Amino acid sequence: MSLIHEIDYGTPASTAETMVTLTIDGRDISVPSGTSIMRASMEAGIQVPKLCATDMVDAFGSCRLCLVEIEGRNGTPASCTTPVAPGMVVHTQTGRLKDIRRGVMELYISDHPLDCLTCAANGDCELQDMAGAVGLRDVRYGYEGDNHVRARNNGDINAKWMPKDESNPYFTYDPAKCIVCSRCVRACEEVQGTFALTIEGRGFGSRVSPGMHEHFIESECVSCGACVQACPTATLTEKSVIEIGQPEHSLVTTCAYCGVGCSFKAEMRGEELVRMVPWKDGKANRGHSCVKGRFAYGYSMHKDRILNPMIREKISDPWREVTWEEAYAHVASEFRRLQYQYGRDAVGGITSSRCTNEETYLVQKLVRAGFGNNNVDTCARVCHSPTGYGLGQAFGTSAGTQDFDSVEHSDVVVVIGANPTDGHPVFGSRLKKRLRQGAKLIVIDPRRTDLVKSPHVEAAYHLALKPGTNVAMMTALAHVIVTEGLADEQFIRERCDWSEFEDWAGFVAEERHSPEAVETLTGVPAHLVRGAARLFATGGNGAIYYGLGVTEHSQGSTTVMAIANLAMVTGNIGRPGVGVNPLRGQNNVQGSCDMGSFPHELPGYRHVADDATREIFEKMWGVTLSSEPGLRINNMLDAAVDGTFKGLYIQGEDILQSDPDTRHVAAGLAAMECVVVQDLFLNETANYAHVFLPGSTFLEKDGTFTNAERRINRVRKVMTPKNGYADWEVTQNLAQAMGLAWNYAHPSEIMDEIAATTPSFALVSYDYLDRMGSVQWPCNEKTPQGSPIMHIDGFVRGKGKFIRTEYVATDERTGARFPLLLTTGRILSQYNVGAQTRRTDNVVWHEEDRLEVHPHDAELRGIRDGDWVRLASRSGDTTLRALITDRVAPGVVYTTFHHPTTQANVITTDFSDWATNCPEYKVTAVQISPSNGPSEWQVEYDEQARRSRRIAGKLEAAE
Amino acid sequence: MNIHVADGDIGNRTLAIVGELKSLEGPLLPILHAIQAEFGYVPQESLAVIARELNLSRAEVHGVVTFYHDYRDHPTGRHVLKLCRAEACQSMGGDEIAERIKTLLGIDFHQTTLDGAVTLEPIFCLGLCACAPAAMLDGELHGRLDTASVAELVAEARR
Repeated sequence: MSLIHEIDYGTPASTAETMVTLTIDGRDISVPSGTSIMRASMEAGIQVPKLCATDMVDAFGSCRLCLVEIEGRNGTPASCTTPVAPGMVVHTQTGRLKDIRRGVMELYISDHPLDCLTCAANGDCELQDMAGAVGLRDVRYGYEGDNHVRARNNGDINAKWMPKDESNPYFTYDPAKCIVCSRCVRACEEVQGTFALTIEGRGFGSRVSPGMHEHFIESECVSCGACVQACPTATLTEKSVIEIGQPEHSLVTTCAYCGVGCSFKAEMRGEELVRMVPWKDGKANRGHSCVKGRFAYGYSMHKDRILNPMIREKISDPWREVTWEEAYAHVASEFRRLQYQYGRDAVGGITSSRCTNEETYLVQKLVRAGFGNNNVDTCARVCHSPTGYGLGQAFGTSAGTQDFDSVEHSDVVVVIGANPTDGHPVFGSRLKKRLRQGAKLIVIDPRRTDLVKSPHVEAAYHLALKPGTNVAMMTALAHVIVTEGLADEQFIRERCDWSEFEDWAGFVAEERHSPEAVETLTGVPAHLVRGAARLFATGGNGAIYYGLGVTEHSQGSTTVMAIANLAMVTGNIGRPGVGVNPLRGQNNVQGSCDMGSFPHELPGYRHVADDATREIFEKMWGVTLSSEPGLRINNMLDAAVDGTFKGLYIQGEDILQSDPDTRHVAAGLAAMECVVVQDLFLNETANYAHVFLPGSTFLEKDGTFTNAERRINRVRKVMTPKNGYADWEVTQNLAQAMGLAWNYAHPSEIMDEIAATTPSFALVSYDYLDRMGSVQWPCNEKTPQGSPIMHIDGFVRGKGKFIRTEYVATDERTGARFPLLLTTGRILSQYNVGAQTRRTDNVVWHEEDRLEVHPHDAELRGIRDGDWVRLASRSGDTTLRALITDRVAPGVVYTTFHHPTTQANVITTDFSDWATNCPEYKVTAVQISPSNGPSEWQVEYDEQARRSRRIAGKLEAAE
Repeated sequence: MNIHVADGDIGNRTLAIVGELKSLEGPLLPILHAIQAEFGYVPQESLAVIARELNLSRAEVHGVVTFYHDYRDHPTGRHVLKLCRAEACQSMGGDEIAERIKTLLGIDFHQTTLDGAVTLEPIFCLGLCACAPAAMLDGELHGRLDTASVAELVAEARR
């Protein structure tokens, strides 16, 4: 094992199709036209010295090191900014070039500290490499002159010197080491799209400046790490590298945060993780990252991690550490007892969207084959289950239709109920890049997200609708398209069911669906809706991206169908740049759904009532499977309260914090006799657990994650599990304790079983993934390379299905007592319930959840910025501090839900999607009022949580 | 030239200037010129407003402002005297003229007289090499300077 070395070609690849042949240093080379001489050379293995060029950003031509000589041309042009031409004869090493390069290096080094041996970049410094490459032996100018290196020159204060900026928790900025190549500035602009950095001043006084000569932490910087990655010196360096030193080996793995599924190189020193660096060949992220994947992995080594299994008789007892064998035996006997006493259906399991496909597959297998029922569900229930249902109905597959590269071909992008720059930052950056190239954007969101307006990005239309009126809005858009004759009739006739279309078209054309008629519901002026509809229908390739703001509603599934209708009626399906793209919340939501985590579906979205499918698994597993769909999470909890459901095995999900109506969840869990929680930490659900099985992190196991674009990415083990076992091993051991003859030696064997039983995974194996890098399902005989874009020649279900989408207002309405609508979302630095990110330095950016309130609503109630406010709904109340902002419309309040003390889900109601029971998180009628501090429930809850986290024999951590 | 204004006012007046010039192609430099004309310098408070209104980042605006020496980040004296320090002027006795002016005003380059009357700035080429050494007082060019005309110039500036 060694460090994975990625070739830096210096300039981005050209997408041109015509090839150009030229001669470089006597070698004939063919490259696409538009390629730089620098890149062409590197492709031929000839490295032209360079400092300011890197292939993540466009050529700049400032360092003057990459000069070449071209026969028949005057001077020494820069190879990075000079494109190839047919028949060109290039020399990269001549006496003249050597002299120039050495001279340039002398100038650089005359203003650079000579502390290479003690420098954090030692061993990974391009300046050092180039000094070697050009044969720098001495510096004629000396080191005593004007410089940025020393704080004092001969005792006098050096005004040019700037101290090191250590304000960012993850990296440092040392201006003394900066060569002003501006790679960081360009990475921030071109790759990340934040424009937080600039070069201030001019000439010798030029310096990199975050914001307006601010500290990094106070600037607009979002800590994505692109600048650190781009820096050729130690100017921008990960603090972990400064602390640990250079890594010696690396493995490619997949980030365990959001559904973008970025590929990273985990750079290691022994079993110590030095840093995570985005992998350029990663097809989801193309070498980019966000603050979470790049830096926020510290939770995996956090002291709060529980490393030994624990048991207790009652949830009021302290925990007792036991051996693994004792824990397995206890669970096995308890589950057997419960099934004997209360019936086979009295137990169930919950799979995790945070765990690997293989682990999820095993948990559902344990439930179906071991427990003998179908009581398995997953956290996708509370996020994207309507996507699965809606897209399954319309197109025939429960997944997005595109890959992320597709956005590079979009002309009009609609973002509905999603906030990619916070929730899916790497996709957000790729989208912003396309927008800067001129694509148009329509944002449908109650809140003014960063995409609506941020540097160099401005939405053509922001339809700031009232929460809960998505369906009315989508139908109004369709109304405009149909009644104004903007439908793509040819596409519809070819691909869709024409009579269903006619029925649907008649429905949407009704006057009650016109933008003017629905204005009273949505609160969006009709002319904006008409403008947006016309733009989407006529603006070229139209792509729709959506998130939980679509699904987590009582009409979530209906909105998904309405989105599918909109894509079909405009012919935006089946080619690059178009499509319907759900932005999945968690790293493996797609995968956990694919793996048969739903109570009615076996792996590959095949109904449990389907005899042929059941037979495949019955043969493979040697058991008889139930053909009756099992219980959904909320049904399990209801049944528990009723006394018929008694035991639950929860792998890697914190249902108490993440599911709606916390009090009901708590009551359900408290009514069970054996709750088994497998997790990294004593999460909120564990407060109600009887058995705790320590979990392992994504760094500690092999497996696969499937991201939002259906891409199956490898997760690779880079360190020994701190708890002793990977999660799949724990599930297997538990199954064995229950008498199941499982014997997987490696997750690859589990994947082989998945491939053998599930047609859309037929060709997937670890060998194949190693060879291909990653692959998008379906991957079988028909599409051996995987399927970046689906429904190319026709829909999977045959004909695309138009479905009527009647708007039905949610039962959750505002009134005199609860006049405001609460909606929820994520922030960039934190992730979901925050179990991981709260245990990293990301808390610097977001130490508490705040309630965003419009100034008008705040003034009415006498609430000032930072005040504690009581937030009450029909379900319950909580308190948090207010943030006064006009990002939210009057009548709407907004909060994140990353901190357990916030208890946002005490407020949310148990209304849910009509088709899938996905809870209606995004709309709750609330009232707010000034408050003095935490609510009674919060105080009680804290006390209960503190008591239930006691471990016998261990002192309570002083807080 | 120098007018002191309350902080809150700067934001509003910046906003008005940006609103007026925003529709120009490449509006940032004209806006900065107008702001300097309005306030006598480019107040830091203006930059965030410009960034927001032009949909640029604060960093970008900062980068542009600091690139040009002509944009000042603090108020000047009532008059600004710019003395050319480029090659032609130096060869025609510019150094001597510079020393003379410094002595007359009692200040160095980049400084303002205590009474707030004059700010002295070096400038690199006024394009008046044929009439070197040259200077510019409040935007008006003065060529072929000598000891006598310098005294006159300083006297005019001090008024």
